[in-house]
Amino acid sequence: MIEQGSRHGSVSRRTLVRGLAATGTLAGIGMPFVARAAEAIRIGFPTPVTGPFGAEAKDQIRSAELAVKQFNEAGGLNGRMAELLVRDDKLNPGEAATRTLELIEKDKAHFIVGALSSAVQLSVNEITRSRKVLYVSISQSDTINEARDFSRYTFHEALNPHMTTAAVAKHAFKKGTRVAYLAADYAYGHEMLRGFKRAAAAIGAETAGEILHPFGAPDYSTFMPRLRSMRPDILCICNFGRDQANSIKQANDFGLKKAARIVVPVLLHNQRLAGGADAFEGVVGASNYYWRLEETVPSAKAFNDAFRAAYANAVPTDYGAYGYTAVRSLLMAVKAAGDTDTDKVVAALEGLTYDVAKGPERYRACDHQAIQSVLITESKKKSEMQGEADLFRILEAEAGSEAALRTCDELGHRA
Amino acid sequence: MTLASLDLELIAMQLFSGVALGAVFVMLALGLSIIFGMLGIVNFAHGNFFMVGAYAGVFVMERTGSFWAALLVGPLMVGALGLLIQRYLIRPLAGRSPDDPLLLTFGLGYVLVEGVRILFGSDGLPFATPEELSGVADLGIGYFPIYRLFVVGVVALVLAALWYGLERTRLGLIVRAGARDPEILRVLGVDIQRLWLWVFGLGIALAALGGVLAAPMRSVNPEMGTLVLGEAFAVTVIGGMGSLMGSVVAGLLVGIVVSMTALVAPEMASIAMFAFMALVLLIRPQGLFGKPGLGV
Repeated sequence: MIEQGSRHGSVSRRTLVRGLAATGTLAGIGMPFVARAAEAIRIGFPTPVTGPFGAEAKDQIRSAELAVKQFNEAGGLNGRMAELLVRDDKLNPGEAATRTLELIEKDKAHFIVGALSSAVQLSVNEITRSRKVLYVSISQSDTINEARDFSRYTFHEALNPHMTTAAVAKHAFKKGTRVAYLAADYAYGHEMLRGFKRAAAAIGAETAGEILHPFGAPDYSTFMPRLRSMRPDILCICNFGRDQANSIKQANDFGLKKAARIVVPVLLHNQRLAGGADAFEGVVGASNYYWRLEETVPSAKAFNDAFRAAYANAVPTDYGAYGYTAVRSLLMAVKAAGDTDTDKVVAALEGLTYDVAKGPERYRACDHQAIQSVLITESKKKSEMQGEADLFRILEAEAGSEAALRTCDELGHRA
Repeated sequence: MTLASLDLELIAMQLFSGVALGAVFVMLALGLSIIFGMLGIVNFAHGNFFMVGAYAGVFVMERTGSFWAALLVGPLMVGALGLLIQRYLIRPLAGRSPDDPLLLTFGLGYVLVEGVRILFGSDGLPFATPEELSGVADLGIGYFPIYRLFVVGVVALVLAALWYGLERTRLGLIVRAGARDPEILRVLGVDIQRLWLWVFGLGIALAALGGVLAAPMRSVNPEMGTLVLGEAFAVTVIGGMGSLMGSVVAGLLVGIVVSMTALVAPEMASIAMFAFMALVLLIRPQGLFGKPGLGV
């Protein structure tokens, strides 16, 4: 009797399974719409996390992630959130090309931002332009603006050597000034050297001599006697990263700072920290950003305050700020385009004027170089510093101007 | 001042810079040379121990404010680390292929770099030249940093101490005998294992001393040891594997070669060292002071 009742009253196992399958099918039908509506805006970010520029790379990542966070907190693009995909390019052009290819082909990145060396930047650009992916590069380079390397998908948000050296020379050089150059023997050093010489010629400053040092050299002692024998008024040191700290420390050790003023194209935050206040005291250079800009520029104040809130009261560094301005401007263009379609975003970015950290910026139509201000900074004496982040004094802020760039014609772009 | 005398002064100054740089190279190579010469171990982590030495110097300096304490305690700390590594990592490889300690130390180098990054971060750290050693001295032919003169002095003292220790003491006699024929020494009742332990520790401590001495001249960062291995290896090979005298002469020669190259073709300064090494090996494969048959 019990047995009889059970058999008649229960739902069969086969029926149950069939029902579940039907439910699953219904859910599956709905899935594509849900997935498509929520698709993230993926920004690939190749940068040399390991190696000698590691400190600069990490600052860029932090700033870029802040820009993404702000975009997402504001609602994203109609609910679509942005996502930063960081990859280590090891400061190697081949590695950077591979990582960029993976970001585009495998991770389906919509846009690429990054690179922290001239050679790596050009390598990333080769990949992005051949695949018609929008790339905002954030390392100093004159080459990327030139017609040969340019494409309509290529944007350059960093200062370039021409802008930087022109601004520093205008501040530091006078007619008759004798300038000796110590430059790293690679693309960056060559471009800075060329920029300074061009500016010096226009101003009437003389070249007292020049030395190209091996990239990454730890010891500069054997270059110092010859630099001293040139009897310069200004010693102009064109290198980057650890090379800057090492060369300035050693020039200081050799007493060259007593005889000549030391000038660099870009005065680097992290290298000033590593080199110390004494070695860097009085060194003058250019910078794209310094946190004290907040005293005169409201957007700098907003950026600094957001950065302090996100990163335990730290302030953004110079090269770090590029990560923010590049990603912020890109996401503003995405918002203006209303879509992640590359052609629409390119058009929006070309037409954009933005002020997110350092005053107004825009991309010039012919070469997509960001027209922006250049700060001239001087390293402070230890006794003048108010707090450990107070490294520099802003001597000048030269407003962004197309006159500071090489002409479109000169770069090989047809009108 | 005539052009001729200016050139002579510049050349003299360049030579002096070369000798001073050579002293730095000697300091870099000493630890590697001792460990290979006495123990037959090629220490591929040599450059990284140099780097750890610089960080040990920073660590002690921050806590004591004294450069002299950093100069003494830093190398001792890293030497102690060297003792642990010899005892627990190197010694178990005794009797095996010479490749095994080579591979071990190669991997150890990576561990040291990542360990330092974890403890101190990837950024460089400042290490100022001590106040009393700052400034320049007028040598008559030109100005030279007092600190670099100090480094030359320290290297000279270390060399004198090593020479005396190896050549004029009973312990030195035992060490040299152990390098020549460890089995006979074991038969004679000497505890060869304890001996190797201390020699390895000494080699590591010397690498670390190089790091502390270099810290005021170069920025202190996790990658600073990368080039050091190449430089130390070039000097050791030129001098002859296993020869301390070779390291001294080779270090000074390399310094002069690099310096004179920097005068005439500065972009070639780094390559000059290795070109010189290739030249020496072509002419004299065992190096300037090496023994024939002691293969690399």
